[in-house]
Amino acid sequence: MRRIALKALAAALAGAFFSLPLYAQDKPVEVEFYYPVAVGGPITKIVDDMVAAFEKDNPGIDIKPIYAGSYQDSIAKALTALKGGTPPQLAVLLSTDMFTLIDEDAIVPIDGLAKSEADKKWLGGFYDAFMQNSRTGGHVWGVPFQRSTIVMYYNKDLFKAAGLDPEHAPATWDELVDYSKKLTKKDASGNVTQWGIKIPSGGAFAYWLFQALTTPNDAILMNEEGNQVYLDKPAVIEAAQFWNDLSAKHGVMPRGTVDWGTTPKDFLEKKAAIVWTTTGNLTNIRKNADFPFGVAMMPKAKRGGSPTGGGNFYIFKSGTPEQQAAALKFSQWATAPERAADWSIATGYVAVTPAAWETNKMKKYAAEVPAATVARDQLSVSVAEFSTHENQRVTKSLNDALQAMLTGSKTPQQAMADAQREADRILRAYR
Amino acid sequence: MTRKLDTLGAWLLGLLWILPLAYALWAAFHPPAYATRFELLAPLTLENFSRAWHAAPFPRYFLNTFMLVTMVLAAQLVLSTLAGYAFARFEFRGRDLVFMLVLLQLMIMPDVLLVENYRSMSLLGVRDTVFAVGLPYFASAFGIFLLRQTFKTVPRELEEAARVEGAGPLQVLMKVYVPLARPIYVAYGLVSVSHHWNNFLWPLIITNSVESRPLTVGLQVFAATDQGIDWSVITAATLLSAAPLLVGFLLFQRQFVQSFMRAGIR
Amino acid sequence: MNRSLQAVYGWLLLLPALVLLAAFTHYPALATLWHSFFSTPRGSRPARFVGLENYALMRDDPVFWQALWNNLWFALGTIPLSIAIALAMALWVNRNLAGRGLLRMAYFTPTVLPMVAVANIWLFFYTPQYGLIAQVMQWFGAAGPNWLGSRDTALPALMVVTIWKEAGFFMIFYLAALQTVSPSLREAALLEGASRWQYFRRVLWPLLMPTTLFVLVNALINAFRLVDHVVVMTRGGPDNASTLLLFYIYQVGFSFWDTSYAATLTVVLLLILAVTALVKFRWLDRRTHYQ
Repeated sequence: MRRIALKALAAALAGAFFSLPLYAQDKPVEVEFYYPVAVGGPITKIVDDMVAAFEKDNPGIDIKPIYAGSYQDSIAKALTALKGGTPPQLAVLLSTDMFTLIDEDAIVPIDGLAKSEADKKWLGGFYDAFMQNSRTGGHVWGVPFQRSTIVMYYNKDLFKAAGLDPEHAPATWDELVDYSKKLTKKDASGNVTQWGIKIPSGGAFAYWLFQALTTPNDAILMNEEGNQVYLDKPAVIEAAQFWNDLSAKHGVMPRGTVDWGTTPKDFLEKKAAIVWTTTGNLTNIRKNADFPFGVAMMPKAKRGGSPTGGGNFYIFKSGTPEQQAAALKFSQWATAPERAADWSIATGYVAVTPAAWETNKMKKYAAEVPAATVARDQLSVSVAEFSTHENQRVTKSLNDALQAMLTGSKTPQQAMADAQREADRILRAYR
Repeated sequence: MTRKLDTLGAWLLGLLWILPLAYALWAAFHPPAYATRFELLAPLTLENFSRAWHAAPFPRYFLNTFMLVTMVLAAQLVLSTLAGYAFARFEFRGRDLVFMLVLLQLMIMPDVLLVENYRSMSLLGVRDTVFAVGLPYFASAFGIFLLRQTFKTVPRELEEAARVEGAGPLQVLMKVYVPLARPIYVAYGLVSVSHHWNNFLWPLIITNSVESRPLTVGLQVFAATDQGIDWSVITAATLLSAAPLLVGFLLFQRQFVQSFMRAGIR
Repeated sequence: MNRSLQAVYGWLLLLPALVLLAAFTHYPALATLWHSFFSTPRGSRPARFVGLENYALMRDDPVFWQALWNNLWFALGTIPLSIAIALAMALWVNRNLAGRGLLRMAYFTPTVLPMVAVANIWLFFYTPQYGLIAQVMQWFGAAGPNWLGSRDTALPALMVVTIWKEAGFFMIFYLAALQTVSPSLREAALLEGASRWQYFRRVLWPLLMPTTLFVLVNALINAFRLVDHVVVMTRGGPDNASTLLLFYIYQVGFSFWDTSYAATLTVVLLLILAVTALVKFRWLDRRTHYQ
């Protein structure tokens, strides 16, 4: 009797043991996915729909999208979660957060996961300008997803009123100064009612706009290893001087810092004839402008150019191999040409692969909104966004220096020298 | 004459004070084009509210916030009552020292201790729950301080009378002290609810999902983005999220003030 | 009840509150102090003991001194003004002026609005050229300054927002205190020919002292605790002109991820608050007049 019972037990256990793999297969791979929202519109819903469509095609994977706030909030949340022991497996974070994530040992290189031929082709299919913020130490760490460049918006009506050709945006620095002077209007008591140009410098973005001046002046601000900055080179100081002169010497820009968030509104309220801001604002300005406007590339000094911006996919080290593979699959799916086109049209970001621009829907969109192609065309002369180790700290020194200059408390030479010294002090440990 | 000046002064200040709310009402009910232009005949619209409502799951956020403040207040009332009673009416060694330690929390708020508290929540396994948002605030030094003070002013005779009738310490607490401290509870409730309804930094860090996020964190989605500030939607969202508190205060302001009065907070 | 039974009851009643306080206030505070003596762990590099090195770094950090200086100015600027305005509000509302209920509501409304949201509204007020203040100034033919973009006006602009938010809350406390003042005192003062100012200075002000102290401590704590408006409106700029200590701590801890330096800065903040507590409970309490 006992023998029969034991045999039955053994059989039951064996059956259970052999059915385990089947059971395990039924359990989907869970991937926590943090994403920021930096543009208007029902982004949360779009992401949810995207995830639902992906899961339909991939029943073994369960993506949990978690809205994480702004870019700043998202990196804060991701790292807080990491230090608290429960990081996500996938996140969209700023391309400039790469060094921070590497230093915190949070992410794995994408090229280590993308091993098959198809994977390699996918990884090589992005615009090189975007990939520049993904490469260091011989590896690729991030996959472009929602990227942008700076573009120049200008009010065609105000151009006409000032006697300028509304179809010709200023193409060089000299033209910029010249046009802006004509576009700056004062009232009877001498107060400016309309500024020629506004370049945001407030908050945390001064450095980005600064790159729209240094890149045309043929200056690169940091190296690929992220441990060296070149802020006190003559070309950089020249660019800083030019920025300062716009308000201090030519009087075409207000003194003090210009707020980032209100600059698009300033443009819509016709308080500024030209503004420099992200291409991500295009949808907003299109919707709300009651005047014809143009979009143009950055004016040239020695060459053209702008920094890129926006967020990449990062895959976290803490995931199991299955989770990392699933995360990779999702990032591949989301950056496939059709999806990249969808995302770009819905949000205003630049579609990240040339293939996406070749899709029918993208071609149609480009025909309807030619302004959307300006950022893409600028990619051939665009450079990486400022990014180093201890990125937030070094960027803050640069921002502080630029703001000190624009509020008149330091000369451009002094400000850049101070920023360089501070950055050297911070980066010494990484050389 | 001075009375007229008083009225004028008071009203001027009142108008200044209500200006932001007035602007919020203006911008929320007019289309974005009129957010910065104050033309009397501008068209009215409810579209901003509809946009705000659809951009974030407000019903869920309301529920979370309501659960949060209720849970926090309930816990605070219970714990502060017990502790205040202990400090006010019981003699034991180390009491004053412990009271000093409690008062320390008046200065050291959980907001300052974010990373450590986050780690504790992870250890407890309650990360990303409404419970975790409220937990660090359950023990309130302010509440304990207030109740200790209040209980101290209750005449001993009342307690003795209850004792004579055979009540134990806890019954004395419930029958004698708690009813007499009712104004304090109401006043404290007002302070606690409005503080936790509007708390931002800690909930931002500790919550991830819609199921646990309170209103203030949900409002973040309207904060300055790459697209710049859209005052119409922000003000609509603000009004939506502040409405319960505003309405509550409107209806109950007399009671609140009276309870503060009787609370004799000094 | 005998002493040992009292002790048992006492400790039992205290236990839940104490456990939670210890877990979420005292322990983290001590852990913060502990971490200030170590370096920040990064990824694979563990934390090492560095003694007072973080404190030396802090001493040499100009942004820290700026933040500290700003915070002290901030406290000095907001506390007396919010108390004075709160007192004025309470005095006015206490009299039977026309529209008293509406006034009270107008004064108290800022308290129930979340700072994160109202900061955006104030951003509109301060926007140059078409912001509310700019528009008003244009009626008078003046161009307003760049409030949030100039070093001289950024911090005062934030102070105004804080005063606006807090005064109504303090008003309630004063109102409650005023209603306990017996009207016969006022009548007696009138009979003796005292002016309003004399009545205020000699009678009301001393009687209101406990409330003033309470409000003072609250305001002081809030001056160091409320940084939501810095986060939304200026992010500490321009060039750290409007940064406050807690905001800098948040930046260092959650932007730079230099957790041990953030701990060091937090220790300074805790010290300031502890000194405030000491002053309140030891010195000021002895000198007030209680009824």
